[in-house]
Amino acid sequence: MKERANLGWAVEIEELVKKFDSFTAVDHVSLKVKGGEIFGFLGPNGAGKSTTIRMLCGILTPTSGNGKVGGFDIYRESEKIKQNIGYMSQKFSLYEDLKVEENLDFYSGIYRLPKEIKDRRKEWALQMAGLKDRRNSLTSTLAGGWKQRLALGCAILHEPSILFLDEPTSGVDPLSRRRFWDLIYEMAGKGVTVFVTTHYMDEAEYCDRLALINQGRIVALGTPAELKTQYMPEAVWELETDHLVDSLRALKESQRFSEVAVFGNALHVVARKGEDLSSFLPSILAGEGIPPKRLEQIEPSLEDVFVSLIEAEDQENEGKNQG
Amino acid sequence: MKLVRLKAIAWKEFIQIGRDPRSLLLAISIPVFLLLLFGYALTLDVDRIPTVIYDLDRTPRSRDLADHFLRSKYFQLEAVASDYSELQEMLDRGQALMGLVIPANFSRDLELNRDATIQVLMDGTDANTATIALGYASAITLLYSQELLQQKMNRLGAGKISPPIEPRIRIWFNPDLESKNFIVPGLIAVIMAILAAILTSGTISGEWERGTMEQLISTPIHNEELILGKLIPYFAIGMIDLSLSVAMGKFLFSVPLRGSGLLLFSLASLFLLGAICQGVVVSIVTKNQLLSSQISIILSYLPTFILSGFIYPITNMPKLIQFITYVVPGRYFVAILKGIYSKGIGLEILWIEALLLAVYASAMAFWAYQRFKKRID
Repeated sequence: MKERANLGWAVEIEELVKKFDSFTAVDHVSLKVKGGEIFGFLGPNGAGKSTTIRMLCGILTPTSGNGKVGGFDIYRESEKIKQNIGYMSQKFSLYEDLKVEENLDFYSGIYRLPKEIKDRRKEWALQMAGLKDRRNSLTSTLAGGWKQRLALGCAILHEPSILFLDEPTSGVDPLSRRRFWDLIYEMAGKGVTVFVTTHYMDEAEYCDRLALINQGRIVALGTPAELKTQYMPEAVWELETDHLVDSLRALKESQRFSEVAVFGNALHVVARKGEDLSSFLPSILAGEGIPPKRLEQIEPSLEDVFVSLIEAEDQENEGKNQG
Repeated sequence: MKLVRLKAIAWKEFIQIGRDPRSLLLAISIPVFLLLLFGYALTLDVDRIPTVIYDLDRTPRSRDLADHFLRSKYFQLEAVASDYSELQEMLDRGQALMGLVIPANFSRDLELNRDATIQVLMDGTDANTATIALGYASAITLLYSQELLQQKMNRLGAGKISPPIEPRIRIWFNPDLESKNFIVPGLIAVIMAILAAILTSGTISGEWERGTMEQLISTPIHNEELILGKLIPYFAIGMIDLSLSVAMGKFLFSVPLRGSGLLLFSLASLFLLGAICQGVVVSIVTKNQLLSSQISIILSYLPTFILSGFIYPITNMPKLIQFITYVVPGRYFVAILKGIYSKGIGLEILWIEALLLAVYASAMAFWAYQRFKKRID
């Protein structure tokens, strides 16, 4: 019998480091993921997301640090980890020259599913992926969204308790992305822990908790709401006006705000926290003869948080390098 | 090891080979092409050597000598030269390999019981052929001299003379000295080696390149299931090709198989297993299909072709090279093939070679098992 994963902490890592020669891909990363949680790993390309996920899946040896997945040690018990996880690597690694059904048969053989379970799971996967009518198609002929759902189907045929998804939605159309997240919610609802990397900000909003990673280091960790309130060093104000272009120019020329940008039919103005823009911004516009329609402080989007955190860090690094 | 996983891997691999026209085509065309090429084109028999004759004597005696050469199947008249430079030009141009010059006083010297000479000019570019042709030329001259001597003795009423020693030669194993009878069996080793190298080179490296390996190593699959599962289809193809080669040897080239066919197939399967595992090891180490196929060819096909004794006799090699041939598994397989095919011998003689092939196969299988890591780094 395979040993069931312990659902206390699904993933625990402490000071995890991975170096490739002199390049540090993952730099002392520590985090914990609760059982049944959707945990998002958010960061730009090359930030160390895939490297971390590979170490957790037991296919890449860390340089240092500790880690447990489903209660199993990532150094010594990687084969036990592999029995309890599902992993979907970045490139939806299906066999393109096999038919849809043959890919499912292959993985149910690899996971040694008994006949009754195999038949049930295969039908379920075909249903979930919307491929019931294309079970005899060659995988290479499928469009991205279908390939991705088939890859997910293959990765969870054996009903793993922890699921690692490495940029599962890159290169997939928005509708398929939406459907994919519905599936992730469904699984999380059944108690499956989902560890997912992404660089889509809208997807990050769907996660229970998030870690922002940049240059191998975690720069923020918490729920989406926590990130927006605790980690945003500046405040975002929204200005509605009929003279968008003139206002933009006037506010930029005043040089009193760290950023002014068009956002839909309004302007987003980023300023120091605690500063009350309503006390002096209207007078700047009045000087140009523009009447402000509406001005209020708004909740920053995750993108605002992400960009300002990473910019702040990059500036800090630059300062260090110059100093 | 779990049978279910083994079956899943082997079946997947079978389907993939079946859908890849390139590998199927290679699997069938390599043995057929090599057998046709070597069986027909590569003959080491030396006969019908193009010959040019320059006869300055122009007597019945000189024509009789020339006739002796041309009546044998070994020499064929290309031209009769009218002067020396014409003969030289034909050798230069490669239109003739041998020139026979009969001097003007040839028959007179014979009449006067003086030593008569003839000149044989041989194109020595291909040393092997030249040596063999020279042998024929000397033998024919010797026979003709004996004939002349007998005629002289007859005239003197001395009766039949015979040389003091007469060799009674019987050629064993390949009585007609046909080179296809030793090329075709040896060629089976070359075919197995090249097939194993080409077919297996992409099996692991290809999965790394396409990214499917990353998915596979994140599953609980074991090394032995993966390696063995991948071996099965290639081994099956190899055995089909072996049968194809043996059948072509028998029906197309009429090469006699004197020994046990069962023994031939059993020992061939050892060599095949070793060669396939060797290809898998290379594929594991390189993680790159192109590099892997190149290295595989160099490690497996070339030594089996050159250093196995397939065409080039090992005993003629320099001592150092002879020493190297001991680590070429093809050497033992070629010895086995030639032994079973031509001599009809069995394990009572071939057991050492068989044992060494078994060692080769198990060492390579173990190496592949041990070298494969379910890790990216």
